[in-house]
Amino acid sequence: MTDSKYFTTTKKGEIFELKAELNSDKKEKKKEAVKKVIASMTVGKDVSALFPDVVNCMQTDNLELKKLVYLYLMNYAKSQPDMAIMAVNTFVKDCEDPNPLIRALAVRTMGCIRVDKITEYLCEPLRKCLKDEDPYVRKTAAVCVAKLHDINAQLVEDQGFLDTLKDLISDSNPMVVANAVAALSEIAESHPSSNLLDLNPQSINKLLTALNECTEWGQIFILDCLANYMPKDDREAQSICERVTPRLSHANSAVVLSAVKVLMKFMEMLSKDLDYYGTLLKKLAPPLVTLLSAEPELQYVALRNINLIVQKRPEILKHEMKVFFVKYNDPIYVKLEKLDIMIRLASQANIAQVLAELKEYATEVDVDFVRKAVRAIGRCAIKVEQSAERCVSTLLDLIQTKVNYVVQEAIVVIKDIFRKYPNKYESVIATLCENLDSLDEPEARAAMIWIVGEYAERIDNADELLESFLEGFHDESTQVQLQLLTAIVKLFLKKPTETQELVQQVLSLATQDSDNPDLRDRGYIYWRLLSTDPVAAKEVVLAEKPLISEETDLIEPTLLDELICYIGTLASVYHKPPSAFVEGGRGVVHKSLPPRTASSESTESPETAPAGAPSGDQPDVIPAQGDLLGDLLNLDLGPPVSGPPLAASSIQMGAVDLLGGGLDSLMGDEPEGIGDTNFGVPPAAAAAPARLGAPISSGLSDLFDLTSGVGTLSGSYVAPKAVWLPAMKAKGLEISGTFTRQVGSISMDLQLTNKALQVMTDFAIQFNRNSFGLAPAAPLQVHAPLSPNQTVEISLPLNTVGSVMKMEPLNNLQVAVKNNIDVFYFSTLYPLHVLFVEDGKMDRQMFLATWKDIPNENEAQFQIRDCPLNTEAASGKLQSSNIFTIAKRNVEGQDMLYQSLKLTNGIWVLAELRIQPGNPSFMLSLKCRAPEVSQHVYQAYETILKN
Amino acid sequence: MLSSLYASFSLRRNAVDAFRVNVIHARQQVRSPVTNIARTSFFHVKRSNIWLAAVTKQNVNAAMVFEFLYKMCDVMAAYFGKISEENIKNNFVLIYELLDEILDFGYPQNSETGALKTFITQQGIKSQTKEEQSQITSQVTGQIGWRREGIKYRRNELFLDVLESVNLLMSPQGQVLSAHVSGRVVMKSYLSGMPECKFGMNDKIVIEKQGKGTADETGKSGKQSIAIDDCTFHQCVRLSKFDSERSISFIPPDGEFELMRYRTTKDIILPFRVIPLVREVGRTKLEVKVVIKSNFKPSLLAQKIEVRIPTPLNTSGVQVICMKGKAKYKASENAIVWKIKRMAGMKESQISAEIELLPTNDKKKWARPPISMNFEVPFAPSGLKVRYLKVFEPKLNYSDHDVIKWVRYIGRSGIYETRC
Repeated sequence: MTDSKYFTTTKKGEIFELKAELNSDKKEKKKEAVKKVIASMTVGKDVSALFPDVVNCMQTDNLELKKLVYLYLMNYAKSQPDMAIMAVNTFVKDCEDPNPLIRALAVRTMGCIRVDKITEYLCEPLRKCLKDEDPYVRKTAAVCVAKLHDINAQLVEDQGFLDTLKDLISDSNPMVVANAVAALSEIAESHPSSNLLDLNPQSINKLLTALNECTEWGQIFILDCLANYMPKDDREAQSICERVTPRLSHANSAVVLSAVKVLMKFMEMLSKDLDYYGTLLKKLAPPLVTLLSAEPELQYVALRNINLIVQKRPEILKHEMKVFFVKYNDPIYVKLEKLDIMIRLASQANIAQVLAELKEYATEVDVDFVRKAVRAIGRCAIKVEQSAERCVSTLLDLIQTKVNYVVQEAIVVIKDIFRKYPNKYESVIATLCENLDSLDEPEARAAMIWIVGEYAERIDNADELLESFLEGFHDESTQVQLQLLTAIVKLFLKKPTETQELVQQVLSLATQDSDNPDLRDRGYIYWRLLSTDPVAAKEVVLAEKPLISEETDLIEPTLLDELICYIGTLASVYHKPPSAFVEGGRGVVHKSLPPRTASSESTESPETAPAGAPSGDQPDVIPAQGDLLGDLLNLDLGPPVSGPPLAASSIQMGAVDLLGGGLDSLMGDEPEGIGDTNFGVPPAAAAAPARLGAPISSGLSDLFDLTSGVGTLSGSYVAPKAVWLPAMKAKGLEISGTFTRQVGSISMDLQLTNKALQVMTDFAIQFNRNSFGLAPAAPLQVHAPLSPNQTVEISLPLNTVGSVMKMEPLNNLQVAVKNNIDVFYFSTLYPLHVLFVEDGKMDRQMFLATWKDIPNENEAQFQIRDCPLNTEAASGKLQSSNIFTIAKRNVEGQDMLYQSLKLTNGIWVLAELRIQPGNPSFMLSLKCRAPEVSQHVYQAYETILKN
Repeated sequence: MLSSLYASFSLRRNAVDAFRVNVIHARQQVRSPVTNIARTSFFHVKRSNIWLAAVTKQNVNAAMVFEFLYKMCDVMAAYFGKISEENIKNNFVLIYELLDEILDFGYPQNSETGALKTFITQQGIKSQTKEEQSQITSQVTGQIGWRREGIKYRRNELFLDVLESVNLLMSPQGQVLSAHVSGRVVMKSYLSGMPECKFGMNDKIVIEKQGKGTADETGKSGKQSIAIDDCTFHQCVRLSKFDSERSISFIPPDGEFELMRYRTTKDIILPFRVIPLVREVGRTKLEVKVVIKSNFKPSLLAQKIEVRIPTPLNTSGVQVICMKGKAKYKASENAIVWKIKRMAGMKESQISAEIELLPTNDKKKWARPPISMNFEVPFAPSGLKVRYLKVFEPKLNYSDHDVIKWVRYIGRSGIYETRC
């Protein structure tokens, strides 16, 4: 018997015929008809008109027919809610059927029908089924609770299903336990604050017992759930690890990966001195290698995860290089991933083998793969110094093949090798120059030009070479133009006599004939430098360059830690946090690794742990050192501005602006050319497009500030914009910004600069949950596409009604910005005073009472040094930032200010500020019921008073 | 091409369309088995010309999704054989039924065919008695979901196949770049009742552990033991027991199943050695000489030997001379295929070929794909030996001695390549 005949009926009166058959008396005919209906439904035909007729077939003893009708119902109930009601009675009846298979079928199907009226009727049968004597029914009912929660969360809570579900965790049947765990985990994900999965050592023990007995899928649910548990100490972590390790031998790769996740996470808590730690490391390697013999799709998932694991704990797989060698018949996605891991594992010990392999790969067919292999050779040279020479000679061999893209890729990486090992391999320049003509990609051309300029003194015909590029100057991409400009200036400084004409030519091309502000800026600055002080020009242009770092494209540590918590899931495949690809609030709970309990290895540094922060048992987010470093550098470089950046002005001060922009880019040593490796030198406000009449850059407002006076009365103190997301981390998008509070509304003032070569569109912004529920009050509106080198300023209104999660530090805000290119993440700290509300003035009596009422241990004292203000000025300044002085007393020559402020979430903070005339140090005592805010309030005081 | 029913089942049709346009009909080669289109993630696997896709908008367990898709293929194959368009159309009602049973709201449920077949059959659903019903439900949800009670055989018999595939990547100079054996132990059991089985092999760790007790045996057996890098087991094996005692004990499913998989990398017997010699004579001619040497006991015979020597794309003609077997140039496959039916151990054979090339102005050199080889040998290249398989069934009256046991070793080539 075959079913394919059902697909073939396409006659016109089909629906009509089916209707007749459905109402036939013969059972067989009915069944056949329903099958035809389902077949039509499967291929996408609309058979909803048959709804009543199909539902009529529902009351039958024939299980097969029943199943088919249910299938139809699931598909069409939503579009015909009124008719679906007709089915309710049968459902309810079926839920009491003596056959457990039918009971389960009914409750399973009902959960899939997303019609409110049906769900109401579902509650009673579901309640019964959750306590059914048959485990098959119970395990089905457990999943049904999750379905119902998805349709109507409130109903599930009101009906007390969650408690029943929790009870099922102690069920005697392992499959019931597994499904209950799966359902609870899913529900908990949409309710992160609720204590649904209240895991404690007892319940963990139950789960671990069920782990040994349930199906492979159940094991996955349980392991994924265990991974969310935070053991109370290292001993508990170890004992869980011991019971999870046997899973590493499971035939199901998903079980293995979920077990790896649990182990990687809990390992954080184990001391490295422990014998067990070493044992665990050894146990992890073989199963990871075994994953590579799975089917290609799973290999891909495994490799993406191994890529994370290798970055987090390189020691696990350091001896397993060989298994990542690419096989000729591997699918391309497996090849590319293996290559990536090979480079990460390359070390002095195995470099010879790796290089031999890479050379082999560079002759393969797939262009992407070959390019990556060539690039990998360059990365090996930079990573393992001893191998540099062999890498260079391998690259030269590859250049000899004359395969166009191989040559170009090789030149790009050789430039990086020159940067890493200056004055070592310049002998190869001659070979490189031979290939000048074949370069047609901007990146390769720019790299070659850089090399010619950098080593102009050793290349006899450097001027000719560069001149040849100059002919088509306007057709080149910006990257090449900038590089060419710099290279010719370098050449001129090295060989001034014969190249004067050339430099004149390029300067005029760059400054007079170009529309690109970046290029013009750089042209002008060189021009001025050269004409005013050639010696200084030499010092600036030919300055020693910082060495490039050896590891590139590592995942940023905070993100890496988060991704480790998501091993095995899509997030680990995309290498992006779930919030980047999951819509809505579900599944975007920020996960973090547990803190190490052994104090000797504490990763916390005093700077990152604010005073009064809860210790130990709180999840501790390891600070993104990269980010912090970047931010700090930016702050240092950026001019100290205190004027309100919102005061938009379109006055142009060309020269000064150019100077500001140009200098930065000079000091940044052409970040365009070597951006990916030149970490730590942010391309600061290089691209302020004065021409477009856009608001002035920070460099200008600095100058402006001298005239526009200090501060404004209209709102709180506004910090200067700082670069939050450097362009090199966000594919050319640079974001700087600050927070303001004006007349009761908070906003985030952003400056978006496009430093890429393509137009950016479709901007959107999203915040992660944060301590005060800050959230955008309106979507990010960038009205026109952002063309290259353009900057826009946007004020994004914020509210404080978003979801709340305590962050570390308290004022940390994690932001995701999306555009047509990608999604980018950064985190920033917002000054607490933007949260000080306007009605923060407390009644005097109230103040006294409250002050007494708050226990003394909540009082925190701080000293504010070097503040030259007098009492009135200080009070006035604070008032404009919503810190209100309630009373003032003079005690023994000291002014005592009693002040209050209120945060957006209703927390009151009371303050006593002691000012001694003539003494620039103020004493600040803060009292608050939530003492963890004190530190940040103090910082707000400091910022306000000192600016 | 038919998009799978599975996708259309739970998701809006436009998602299916998006997948079809972006992945199936994309011009490019598949660049990733996971695709994200408009915030929706698609996982796909391909079986002949059938694409099975799973779709999600959440951060799901990706490894689990793929495992499930494979499992789904296994289940379908167990019910109606090859997964083809025709078979899927012929069995779509059955597929709906199976899916309904093995996947609930995205959570995979019991997917053991043994259990499923007790109540979902190709002939539709059997009506069951009350006892049968409760037996089904307890089996599907139970601890031993892979075996039902009350199985009876007149003759208790079991077959063990040790199937190994030996993988090699060798440099032209004969240096082993990487080599490993991935092996499987497949068991066919026809045993009555709920038999408790214990499987033993020459695992180095076990032998050394035992060797400690009887010191004189260590030297003798230690030599023959093998180091297993890693192994994974069928879900019937008690993993915690393996972890603590390294003993493999289980109650087997009825019929055929894969008991374990393992991987070894040390002391592998490479059954064949391939020695290539490629010489470019001018721009229009290649001379290729390949010698293969068999490296195992002379009394054993290797079968189905095939050597595949790749030729450049601009080959115009090939002349081959081989000492043994048959060799042919297959233009459509760009290779010379040399087949030998049988070859005993410690023998040697040779092929030489002259390849005429058309002159081209293509600058890119020929990539020289590796020479690959296929064969089958009647031993386990890893050196694995089955030491025992004991069967205990306390409730029934048969003992370990009454069970007839068969063991067979087959070594096949996996990816067995020598670069030239």
